[in-house]
Amino acid sequence: MSARNRELLALLPASLLLVAGFAAIFIQENDVLSDVSLTYGAAFLALCLAVHLVIRFTLPYADPYLFPLVAVLACFGLVVIYRIDDELAREQAQWFVVGLILFTATILFLRDLRLLERYRYTIALAGLVLLFLPRVPGIGQQVNGAYLGVKLGPIAFQPAEFGKIAIIIFLAAYLRDTRQMLVQGSRRVLGVTIPPIKHFGPILLVWGAAMLMLVFIRDLGSSLMYFGGFLALLYVATNRLSFVTIGFALFALGSWFFASTVSHVQERVDIWLDPFKPEWVEKQGYQIAQSVFAQADGGLFGTGFGASLLEVNGNSLIPAPQTDLIYAVITNELGLVGACGLILVYLLFAERGFKTAMLAGESFSKLLAAGLSAVFALQVFVIVGGVTRVIPLTGVTLPFVSYGGSSIMANFILLALLLLVSDRARRPAGAAAGRRGLR
Amino acid sequence: MNRPVVRLFGLVVVLFAVLVGFTSRWTVFEANALRENPANHRVLLQEERIKRGLIRAADGTLLAGSRKVDKDRYARRYPTGDLFAHPVGFFSVDRGRTGLEEYYNDPLSGRATDAVGALERLLGPEGIGEDLKTTLSPEAQRAAYDGLAGRNGAVVALDVKTGAVRALAATPSFDPSDPAKANTFNRATQGRFPPGSTFKVVTAAAALDTGRYQPSSQVDGGNGKVISGTPLNNFGDEDFGSIDLTFALTNSVNTVWAEVGEKLGKKTMAGYMEKFGFYSDPPMDYPDNQLLPSGEYRNGKLLGPESRFIDVGRMAIGQDKLLVTPLQMASVAQTIGNGGMRMEPRLVQKVVDPDGRTTDRPLPEDAQRVMSRASADELTAMMKNVVREGTGTAAALEGVDVAGKTGTAEIDPAAGINDLWFICFTPETAVAVVVERQKGTGGTTAAPIAKQVLQALGE
Repeated sequence: MSARNRELLALLPASLLLVAGFAAIFIQENDVLSDVSLTYGAAFLALCLAVHLVIRFTLPYADPYLFPLVAVLACFGLVVIYRIDDELAREQAQWFVVGLILFTATILFLRDLRLLERYRYTIALAGLVLLFLPRVPGIGQQVNGAYLGVKLGPIAFQPAEFGKIAIIIFLAAYLRDTRQMLVQGSRRVLGVTIPPIKHFGPILLVWGAAMLMLVFIRDLGSSLMYFGGFLALLYVATNRLSFVTIGFALFALGSWFFASTVSHVQERVDIWLDPFKPEWVEKQGYQIAQSVFAQADGGLFGTGFGASLLEVNGNSLIPAPQTDLIYAVITNELGLVGACGLILVYLLFAERGFKTAMLAGESFSKLLAAGLSAVFALQVFVIVGGVTRVIPLTGVTLPFVSYGGSSIMANFILLALLLLVSDRARRPAGAAAGRRGLR
Repeated sequence: MNRPVVRLFGLVVVLFAVLVGFTSRWTVFEANALRENPANHRVLLQEERIKRGLIRAADGTLLAGSRKVDKDRYARRYPTGDLFAHPVGFFSVDRGRTGLEEYYNDPLSGRATDAVGALERLLGPEGIGEDLKTTLSPEAQRAAYDGLAGRNGAVVALDVKTGAVRALAATPSFDPSDPAKANTFNRATQGRFPPGSTFKVVTAAAALDTGRYQPSSQVDGGNGKVISGTPLNNFGDEDFGSIDLTFALTNSVNTVWAEVGEKLGKKTMAGYMEKFGFYSDPPMDYPDNQLLPSGEYRNGKLLGPESRFIDVGRMAIGQDKLLVTPLQMASVAQTIGNGGMRMEPRLVQKVVDPDGRTTDRPLPEDAQRVMSRASADELTAMMKNVVREGTGTAAALEGVDVAGKTGTAEIDPAAGINDLWFICFTPETAVAVVVERQKGTGGTTAAPIAKQVLQALGE
């Protein structure tokens, strides 16, 4: 069976999940099974088929499982958001359409990935500007002490979502050129391998700028995500654990410094350590406390689709249930079993991403795929870890599941890039010439 | 560059495993602690939103219902007031739960406890509990309270063949709709009384079932016989010569049964008591913290069944340090009436889900065979004699053979204050009655109450 036919078959579970999920919520809320749920399912299935066709005609050799996994996540997210607020679900579905357009555009414009390498500095600059935007007076928006959003007239978006892709592209391109020199030119001081400043300088500069911006806009979750992505790429490029160790030490130092000086960061850490303290359990600690309470209610099998207690007399019991805390809502309704299923899907996606990196023949593609997969997995870790109190809670989205246009669009671009790398890596030797001839 | 990629994936696996670990921590391992966290209002809010299942008597009388308070909150109501307060208990958001409301909380609140139920709930409606159909009879319960007439005491009536609890009355009762003021101490299951002569039927059961005695066996009934080194007197210092066991039970002769107990020995007595259910909580569908075991107590603690502190001769006639619950004595009567087979006492006969399907049938459940049918029949004949011509004539019913045993446990001999007992059974129903700290005897005070309960049950 060809890769594309396998992909088509693999879409079945996603559509079944969607129809079953909507049916469950309809029964829960209206006590009658309405055919609207089937309409929703059919519309989403059509959307999935459209994406499948785009891949079939443009990237015939790409990994067959990446997109079906995304479809499962998206269905899951859509059902849960529908359960929280049907209006939001309609908007989310619209964002999927926009994401799909962006996905197609990315694939069509980037037939040749070397284009990205050529414009790496432009892309890096664009990434930094994006990160800086939320702090610009007039268009930046502050939420919970962090500057995450940008509002330009009617359009509001979260630039950090797009910034992560720009930074990864730059790092992959830069490390492809310099990785040999980083390894060969390094010296050993006190048993620690120190990379040469000359070649490490630019990378530190870009990374440092990104970190400063992040502290400046106070987005801790993204900061952790970017930094982790940076270290992962550095490790893949050089295969030197000592670089990662140095990086980690730097990060630990930086975190300690910011935790003890920036009050916003300090407070987040205190709340993380003891969210049930009476002083703040109803205020700043409310979010994380309600998150674990909701999870405790879920138990092993959950309270059932649509059965979660979200509102009390019109007031939301779980804050931001459709974005930051969507994982807590999922655990509440589907229990530990459902939550593990979701994490498994993310793990499978990361596995396909890293597999793509391993198959990629050429260094830039390899680094790009590894970097994107790593940053994707880290984003899942940062938000789920925040909601489950592994690390302090910060506001990043759960990719493809949380409500939010920026997140959907950025992650569709990420998927397009991974599929582009995969298509080139898995293309049989003879077919390459043939396809080129067709273009 | 592929090896670092593999290691990187390994790191992702570890990180995700941590996420699963923490999710398990909140959803499973620390879930109960989180539910009890004072900042957590979810449990309270959710319990109020659930339309708890109904609790009904055996004849369908509503014992507990749910009433809508506002858009999506419910409150409990108890139409029968204090009549069924002890067995049914109460449900209160701030005072917790007691009785059946506690024991059957999962089905009553619609909380499925098995995997199949959880799957069904993924698609089915939630927030509606399952109904309980109890075995309780309002007539018998009413007769029990009328009979006790405000005096402290308890009445337990069991179905002889199934162990179904037909009445579980204890005074004082309380108003279940005002849990803040409720005194939930249940004399039927938690009250510990010296059993007096009613315990002689346990000794008789052991005597007959071991084959060492027959109803016609002759034993010396002299007053002031030395038992465990101390002289023992009969009720009213009556002196009997050598008499058979039937006569000794009919006239409740202490010295005979004390000798029988001593001859059988501590080990045999302990074995039969444990088979009858002494020394452990009665296996009733009722919360553990509202049940107490019967047996010899010393300084408030239950002794071992063969403890060296036990004076087996005096225990055999219900004296010594023996304390029993009315529920335990009802179970003894039920066992003998059922040919020696003890049944687990049951308050609920079936659990019915909102669609009308029966999801659970707790009744009946065999507990243990205590004695052979032949020995039980012999003992029944002896106990019938007690009602026909002995101390228990006040329980005699027209047209039905009642087998019984009286008990008068001295509490304050100088003032003539006793705990008054009567246990009895017909082929259908076994009853245990205790009236606390009264003048009189079990035969005059407790037996008429048992008769009223039997009559209320149509006998």
